[in-house]
Amino acid sequence: MSALPAFEAVAVDYWAVAPMLVVVAGALLGVLVEAFAPRESRHSAQVALTVGTLVAAFGVLVWRSVNHHSVTFGGSVAVDGPALFLQGALLVMSSVAVLVMAERFGGVGGDAFTPMGASTPGSSQEAAAAKAGYATSEVFPLTLFAVFGMMIFVSANDLITMFVGLEVLSLPLYVMTGLARRRRLLSQEAALKYFLLGAFSSAFFLFGAALIYGFAGSTDLAKIQSAIAQGTTGMDGLLVPGVLLLIIGLLFKVGAVPFHMWTPDAYQGAPTPVTGFMAACTKVAAFGAILRLVYVGVEGSRWDWRLGIAAIAILTMVVGAVLSVTQTDVKRLLAYSSIAHAGFILVGVLAFSKAAVSGVMFYLVAYGFATIAAFAIISMVRQGGSEASHLSQWAGLGKRHPVVAAVFSLLLLAFAGIPLTSGFTAKFAAFAPAVTSGGTAGVLMVIVGVLASAVTAYVYVRIIVLMYFTAAPEAGEGEEVVALMPSIGTTVAITVGVLATILLGIWPGWALDLAGRAAQFML
Amino acid sequence: MTSFITEAGGATVAASGAPALAWLLIVLPLAGAAILLLGGRRTDSFGPLLATALSWGSFVVGAIVMIALLGLPSDGRSQHLALWNWVPAGSFQLDAGLLVDQLSMSFVLLITFVGSLIHVYSLGYMEHDPDKRRFFAYLNLFVAAMLLLVLADSYLLVFVGWEGVGLASYLLIGFWNHNPAYATAANKAFFVNRVGDLGLSLAIMLMFVTFGKVDYATVNAGVSQASTTALTAIGLLLLVGATGKSAQFPLQSWLGDAMAGPTPVSALIHAATMVTAGVYLVVRSHAIYDAAPNAQLAVAIVGAITLLYGAIVGCAKDDIKKALAASTMSQIGYMMLAAGLGPVGYAFAIMHLLTHGFFKAGMFLGAGSVMHGMKDNVNMRRFGALSTVMKITWVTFGLGWLAILGVPPFSGFWSKDKIIEAAFIGEGIRPWLLGGAALIGAGITAFYMSRLFFMTFYGEKRWEKGVHPHESPLTMTVPMMVLAVGSALLGFVLSFNSMFVHWLAPVVGEHGEEHPVLSVPVITGLTLVLVALGAGYAWYVYGRKEAVVPTLAPEGSLLTRAARADLYQDAINEGLFMRPGIHATRALVFADAKGVDGAAGGLAAMVGGLSSRLRQLQTGYVRSYALTMLAGVVAVLGTMWVMQ
Amino acid sequence: MTNPYVPLLILLALGFGFAALSVGTSLVVGPKRYNRAKAEAYECGIQPTPRAQGGGRVPIKYFLTAMLFIIFDVESVFLYPFAVAFNQLGLFALVEMVLFIITVFVAYAYVWKRGGLEWD
Repeated sequence: MSALPAFEAVAVDYWAVAPMLVVVAGALLGVLVEAFAPRESRHSAQVALTVGTLVAAFGVLVWRSVNHHSVTFGGSVAVDGPALFLQGALLVMSSVAVLVMAERFGGVGGDAFTPMGASTPGSSQEAAAAKAGYATSEVFPLTLFAVFGMMIFVSANDLITMFVGLEVLSLPLYVMTGLARRRRLLSQEAALKYFLLGAFSSAFFLFGAALIYGFAGSTDLAKIQSAIAQGTTGMDGLLVPGVLLLIIGLLFKVGAVPFHMWTPDAYQGAPTPVTGFMAACTKVAAFGAILRLVYVGVEGSRWDWRLGIAAIAILTMVVGAVLSVTQTDVKRLLAYSSIAHAGFILVGVLAFSKAAVSGVMFYLVAYGFATIAAFAIISMVRQGGSEASHLSQWAGLGKRHPVVAAVFSLLLLAFAGIPLTSGFTAKFAAFAPAVTSGGTAGVLMVIVGVLASAVTAYVYVRIIVLMYFTAAPEAGEGEEVVALMPSIGTTVAITVGVLATILLGIWPGWALDLAGRAAQFML
Repeated sequence: MTSFITEAGGATVAASGAPALAWLLIVLPLAGAAILLLGGRRTDSFGPLLATALSWGSFVVGAIVMIALLGLPSDGRSQHLALWNWVPAGSFQLDAGLLVDQLSMSFVLLITFVGSLIHVYSLGYMEHDPDKRRFFAYLNLFVAAMLLLVLADSYLLVFVGWEGVGLASYLLIGFWNHNPAYATAANKAFFVNRVGDLGLSLAIMLMFVTFGKVDYATVNAGVSQASTTALTAIGLLLLVGATGKSAQFPLQSWLGDAMAGPTPVSALIHAATMVTAGVYLVVRSHAIYDAAPNAQLAVAIVGAITLLYGAIVGCAKDDIKKALAASTMSQIGYMMLAAGLGPVGYAFAIMHLLTHGFFKAGMFLGAGSVMHGMKDNVNMRRFGALSTVMKITWVTFGLGWLAILGVPPFSGFWSKDKIIEAAFIGEGIRPWLLGGAALIGAGITAFYMSRLFFMTFYGEKRWEKGVHPHESPLTMTVPMMVLAVGSALLGFVLSFNSMFVHWLAPVVGEHGEEHPVLSVPVITGLTLVLVALGAGYAWYVYGRKEAVVPTLAPEGSLLTRAARADLYQDAINEGLFMRPGIHATRALVFADAKGVDGAAGGLAAMVGGLSSRLRQLQTGYVRSYALTMLAGVVAVLGTMWVMQ
Repeated sequence: MTNPYVPLLILLALGFGFAALSVGTSLVVGPKRYNRAKAEAYECGIQPTPRAQGGGRVPIKYFLTAMLFIIFDVESVFLYPFAVAFNQLGLFALVEMVLFIITVFVAYAYVWKRGGLEWD
């Protein structure tokens, strides 16, 4: 062997990927800040850096990337309409979520995060850990890394890139799940469960990717598509199992039944602001990847596997809705609600039309903003210092904190899909294409969806009734359930969530337009 | 987007002039609710007055729009006001708009006028309540939601108003919720209404599938192309929605419990407005029902059953408000019956709705006035001889009583008699059954309403110790007087020269000349005889000087006891829905001796039971989670393999 | 092809077969020379103590150090192909490599400053 074949650098459209580069640069800077910034200013520096990075990335995205639709990095990254829309949504939502994570309630570090693995809140051990410089601000660079992974995920045009995105977004999330300051054991258990099951599902994804490679001879979505279009490749038997395994690997991330078991445990155990981030942003990222996979890569074979996924969608809606009825913990309840919502979104995904893409993207945005705000409120409601997440503790909250209860009620109504809230518009936008282009299965799924919404509406309204019409149990001095006064950051986050919920409910036209114009995939 | 929409009856034109102000109707009370709720205690001093003023403002706007409509030719009175493009999702366009036409304006005037009177009445009734600002905010909210319900131009916007009135009515019923036992009742009302709402939302979905859009214009225009099966299904689902909101059989059980709320609320929501929303829905959907005779017959049957049911239950109630609630149920049954008769009945259904709105609201306010004087006692067995001390209440209530009995020339005669006549139109056994039910209902109505009237105002004093009845303040009596005038005259005015029928004709269609199976004078004569018999018997038992009304309810006959227990509605509900639900759940999952607790109704119990069983799958062990995932993967792959 | 799932089954069989084969072969063909040292827990000759410090658990410090070693070790492996083909790759690859090394050094700095390299 004389000389290596000539090396050819792939063409890179730097403006197209600039937002991702900004985020990863911010994350690296965040790691350095974590290492070198003095303890007193570390929290503020991290918050400023993180929010600044996300805003800057969003700015670059709006300023330049929108004019740089391209498939770059040798076909492995596609920056097209859906990718940019979802990346933009991710950046805005994660900056809102970061504001909630930054909540300190007057303490030294973030209120929700532990400074040290084995300490109890308020203990001398914790104080010692804080003094020694162990701080809670790692969560911010971790968030940025996760956002980076999510941005790769929604623009991955190659199964390997998609897998890299999946892992880059998952690993920080596993760690963040275990960072809760209160109920440490629950949090650590949740993190471990999430990690183990996540690894398990990654294996399914990889196996699927291997089978698809066997079928198409490539992991590039464009090549897979043309292989399917071509008809037979001699390895046809690998296609359908491969597709199903890939989708299952992705469905794990959105919490579709029967791959949902981690969701309630992880949602309950994770620090509440992280739960909000996870519920909103992971869902956006995972559905972004699912959309690209099934609309670009394997759309041609959809008749062979569509029914299987439809069954999962129906199961997801029913189980999510039914199980939410008997939940007694607000965070678990919202976890099951997020499972049901994943089912609703799947109904839209399976409609296979351009309107469905925009409907699903709109749903993700509407749900994301409401979810972040809802978890922000949960993190404010306290009894004796710890979060009052048991439903019975919310009784009579409307009497003592009318504004908090009213805002939470609004968000619940949005989850229930009551008209004039974003939840209704979103359900409409996701279900309508299923009725028009989804065939009998689509109509059936929509009927199940409406029935499941009725069940969940019952659950949500019950909480509202609980907050307003049930008297709070007598409590001793210092044992009352109170809503803490939020900082400006949290207030901004909740306000954004509420405004988005109302605006997208009453005047969703512009957002639907935006999603509609962004609904065209590129190859 | 074009604003011109064609409708079966006549063209709907884009609103111009005064009707273009229709949005103000909703915005005024909504603004009142917002100011009072957001303003907090700062608005305590002027809040109730502001809310009342805004409600009257809404009425003035309504009157102006009405006058403008009257000045137009009859085919130009249906005006569409496009508000905004709500959800522009691809080929699905969803616009929010208001439909100002003869039907919606009839309701607007009723709601704003009676609503405003009740605002005034509440100024007196709630004077000493520390939280009255909140009460008035909810009242305003209710008026806004109810106006949205009737002015909406699509079923979806109706649904917004439908949920809005539901929310406002819960807030108002729960307003005086000092009684912990009441929670169960509220839960029941809540659950029953959910069933109704589910019916409406499924109907809307089915319309989407059938017509592609859900605004009235598209639906009405699309009816001729749709299949009868689809239309029947839509009609029946709409009926489910209507029975829930209007307390019709079999979803009627919540209305009696809702009487726990303040009396003005009962007058406004549970007599004049919200409970009639079901009738509105059926009449508004006339195009669907006209094309689906089976669904239409179902409406008539539900109406007939409910009118008898309510009347029988009303005979045994000693609680004045619950007796009035049973009577409301029964009267709405008449309206439903009329609406189920097709074009011959629509106009009379709405006319009876309007007259009923006046006389029943008047009687509820009268009942409130009596309770005010009797230290909030509601037991009629402790009333008696109040005609001597509460003269205004007695006279105004008496006018309402004459109206509901259908004594000419008071309001009820003009509307109810027409319904009974219309029920006798048709072929075969149908007119005899429906007409017979309506006729007998009129007799029973005369008995129980007279019983109520005589027990309260005549006979001996059976007052509890320390009670000194007195007439209520002017803020309360003036609205009663106004409503009493309406009870006396409205029916005659609306029937003069068939004015109201002609007015509504462009919306619901004109009907040809049809003849009942009995001649009209015979029907009228029979009705009046039955009414006289019923009222006379009531006078003999409760009204005479010598009549003895025991202060403790006697055990009574089997029928009396059954009626007192709402004809065992709750027991039937439990037996029919709840028990099988629980058993089905047990059979569905696996046998378990543990009962299902905490869930309210049958279906809820089933969902709750299923839920707690499914919950056991969530063991908390990662190994079982992973196993579930693996099982899922195997199941999906296996199924697809088999299917290939 | 008779059944499209045949390749899958073959793959499955191959997977099991490979595992069984490698374990089985080493059992059969591996040299078996037993002596006293073989029978001990550690062939290096150190006697296992009856009960180790901390209940027999290995302190987390070992684990951390091993993890850090593996991370930096594996990442520096990327440098070898780059060094071999440096002439052909040009400036672009140099810049890429510098970025890569900076990234690794950021992590290194973090670990160092946060005390990850201190034994106690």
